[in-house]
Amino acid sequence: MRNKILYIIGAAALLLLARDMYLITGFPAERNQGAIFKIIFFHVPMAITALTCAMVAFVASILFLITKKFQYDALAVAVTEVGLAFLAGNLITGSIWGRVAWGIWWAWDARLTSALVCWLLYAGYLMLRNAIEEPTQRATFAAVFSIFAFIDVPIVIFSIKWWRTQHPQPVFWGGGSFPPDWSAVFGWQVLAVMLVGVVFTAVRLRQEQFQREIDSLRRMAHAL
Amino acid sequence: MMAFVRQVLVIMSKDLRAELRTKEAINASLSFALVVLLLFSFAFDPSEETTREISGGLLWIVFAFAGTLLLNRSFARELENDCLDALISAPISGAALFLGKALANYILVLAVELIALPLFGVFYNVRWTSQFWQLMMVIALATWGMTVTGTMFSALTVNIRLREVMLPILNFPILIPALLGAMQLTSALVAGKPITADNDAWLKMLIGFDVMYTAVSVVLVETVLVGG
Repeated sequence: MRNKILYIIGAAALLLLARDMYLITGFPAERNQGAIFKIIFFHVPMAITALTCAMVAFVASILFLITKKFQYDALAVAVTEVGLAFLAGNLITGSIWGRVAWGIWWAWDARLTSALVCWLLYAGYLMLRNAIEEPTQRATFAAVFSIFAFIDVPIVIFSIKWWRTQHPQPVFWGGGSFPPDWSAVFGWQVLAVMLVGVVFTAVRLRQEQFQREIDSLRRMAHAL
Repeated sequence: MMAFVRQVLVIMSKDLRAELRTKEAINASLSFALVVLLLFSFAFDPSEETTREISGGLLWIVFAFAGTLLLNRSFARELENDCLDALISAPISGAALFLGKALANYILVLAVELIALPLFGVFYNVRWTSQFWQLMMVIALATWGMTVTGTMFSALTVNIRLREVMLPILNFPILIPALLGAMQLTSALVAGKPITADNDAWLKMLIGFDVMYTAVSVVLVETVLVGG
């Protein structure tokens, strides 16, 4: 049953991505930037998905600390890894766009810097997990760190924003705008990338559950 | 309430006494600060005007590195003879233990900073005394932020592999906003410019950072100590 649902979500995500890709290729090039602007259809949905992952990880970490149920810990680590991958995708697509539009791969601009800091924060989370053997301790400490990291995200974003800004004013929530039919495609694209994120998380979650089963079987075998 | 304050002070004075008798962490931290100050003079020409402009940044990198050495020892010191288990099972709350340790660390890190600061002024020809009290305020605020997260992560990493490496890996990214604010303010202050409406947002951010992480640490520390 669970497999079927996963396949359906995955297929829906693939279909949506294919459809969006077809529509996006049909859009005319933007006046100043040319075709490279179309990267926004991947760049921004990945950022939104990564942020959603961070939020889910935060909630799952709190739930773990309250209930001590390991499925929340598994969820936290699964979404953190997936979110980290999407944030890396966001950074890379941003870098490609910057190479074409600014002529440089990287600028110490507010958004780039805060995305990189967030990436480092959550990479620290995974490193902390790797360094701890005992499952309860690992889950507890990782949850505490995840809460610390999530609180830091808004502070990082605002402080670095005061520091400097070179990023183009965001197309959404201030600055420019899309023609309506593009916005629709953009919305669908956010959904498609989110669904990919859901599938990744579910697969990763299952690995985590198998891992726990293997561990407990191993402990049983040792006890015999 | 009074009992809580007394417990905090007992832990704090215990840590300070233990450190002042051996002086191992504080000596290591101080000499490390000196070495980094020296290294920076090779990386940047110390007599140049541009170096003076980035001096606030240099200073905080020295403080952060030297502080990490002290913070690493905070809980690691208790591992010998299972002192940590005794402390956790003592009839005091985790919050009292945490705040006591954080205060002791705060005093030690501040001491190292206040010794490194005049040396820095001499080496790099920076007239850091021109806005003395405002600079002290910035140092006090940013150092508290550094110590409170550092003490928490010291407790988090005390029993795990790669302890010495994990603390800076966890602490520095979290600290980036606080360090950034401290660097901006310090650079302005050592250049003789007082804090104005232009940059007091950094000060507010530092205060917010301190309050928020102190609160979260006090709430979560019990979980960490018992869960560890």
